[in-house]
Amino acid sequence: MRDVSIIGIGQTPVGEHWDKSLRELAYQALLAAMQSAGVERVDALYVGNMLSGELTAQEHLGALIADFAGLRGIEAIKVEAACGSGAAALRVGYMAVASGLCDLVACIGVEKMTDQQGSTVTSALAMAADAEYEALQGLTFVSINALLMRRYMHEYGYRKEDFANFAINAHANAVNNPYAMFRSPITAAQFAEAKPIADPINLLDSSPIADGAACVILAPTSIAREFTDKPVRVRAIAIATDTLAVHDRRDPLYLEGGALSAQKAYAMAGVGPADIDVFELHDAFTIMSALSLEAAGFAPRGQGVRLAMDGEIGLNGRIPITTMGGLKARGHPVGATGMYQIVEVAQQLREEAGLNQVKNAQLGMAQNIGGSGATVVTTILERI
Amino acid sequence: MEVARYWRTTKQRYQLVGEKCPQCGRRIFPPRDVCPVCGHEARTAVQFSGKGEVYSYSVVHVAPEGYEKFVPYIVALVRLAEGPLVTAQLTDVDESEVWIGMPVEMVTRVLREDGERGMLIYGYKFRPALPVNNQAPQAAAQPMRTPLPKANGVHPEPVLQAAMP
Ligand SMILES: [Zn+2]
Repeated sequence: MRDVSIIGIGQTPVGEHWDKSLRELAYQALLAAMQSAGVERVDALYVGNMLSGELTAQEHLGALIADFAGLRGIEAIKVEAACGSGAAALRVGYMAVASGLCDLVACIGVEKMTDQQGSTVTSALAMAADAEYEALQGLTFVSINALLMRRYMHEYGYRKEDFANFAINAHANAVNNPYAMFRSPITAAQFAEAKPIADPINLLDSSPIADGAACVILAPTSIAREFTDKPVRVRAIAIATDTLAVHDRRDPLYLEGGALSAQKAYAMAGVGPADIDVFELHDAFTIMSALSLEAAGFAPRGQGVRLAMDGEIGLNGRIPITTMGGLKARGHPVGATGMYQIVEVAQQLREEAGLNQVKNAQLGMAQNIGGSGATVVTTILERI
Repeated sequence: MEVARYWRTTKQRYQLVGEKCPQCGRRIFPPRDVCPVCGHEARTAVQFSGKGEVYSYSVVHVAPEGYEKFVPYIVALVRLAEGPLVTAQLTDVDESEVWIGMPVEMVTRVLREDGERGMLIYGYKFRPALPVNNQAPQAAAQPMRTPLPKANGVHPEPVLQAAMP
């Protein structure tokens, strides 16, 4: 197996892009990444996306984007794993380069959600859950997370406001990210008064749907410096799965897929949670931040919220998370989110995070979650 | 177009028919072809009692297509007496009256409605169980078959093991 590095990164602003189609967003991110790497062609293109068929009546994104980007002829396919699609596409690109089958690979995450009405998007997102036994009962994605949050509060004795710092931290960091959707800070008082959307989840527990695309270019580490003086090495990338439905889990409050994928990634990289300087986690809802911190080994069971309450998740904290705004404030274009996380970790390791730069960040991790935890992709990146 | 899809799961939805693993005895709902505990083929159909208690709950205000006319509605994870969790709506109860641990029982109701001339899809929902003193003595004395996990802060073991027969 060959060692693999990221040699270029690109992203579009996250938001409501009324004027741009899915293919234009993907091309914009791809072009930025290719220019960042100084390449004019790649051997293959892997596109992470969840909902293009449902929301834009367009599938077959590999060929579509390759053609639109002037790369007709190359290998190009779509990779789907619900909200974990972005990092799943990186995993496929990683395998292509590590195996020696491809030298230069582009991995894109792209989603176009704002063309559709709320109920259409709500139904589409619910497709990440079990269609016959969760969605058929009228469950929405937010209500599944609400079930987890209420039980978590019940078992471990937390109050709603104990989750506030996850959202406050994300918004504070998004202020300095020009690509973020919500660049305004929020206060604990605003969190307390936020409109409930599926009790106990309120509007400020939840990440917004959005349009966006992000992209990285991969190459063998052995030639990475021919393209950039700031390569970022992929130390590990691992996917693990759990039951699609929450009710089938051994313990709904434990992300077994998250723990398994983190353990695989730690083993592959030969590191542990104490070695990680920055962690981009999947804060689709504040409860997911807590569960992800626990699954990835940063907190014991039931203690993930404590890290937020104790101020350990800030840029100078014990484990900085959502350093560019996270899903909450950067925005959550579902199939693109995993690739945004990778780009943001790379920004930190390339010292390109501006005012949000985590001092001396050497090792960064991202955890991208599909559905309510059925697919989890953990990636560990290193500055070299 | 979707009639067959709904028809395939009518036994589960109308009668809460799941399975019992012939190898390890685990009760399984929803039914699946392989026992999640021991990996044995699971084919023995078992009808569940429909009794259980609320494990967690929330309320849907923004509904998916086909559910709009029912909002707001209460959704829950229900721990069935036989062990498995099931995802379902609660009915015949106000949100303010629901609590974690509340005893519930299954009823059959309309789940979704597809358009004005579309199909009505029926299935299980759960309502508050009748008070114990209103039930027949032998029914009231019948214990839950499996101990439910205690809400005491930390699970010493995954719930699945605590719920195994
Ligand atoms: Zn078994």
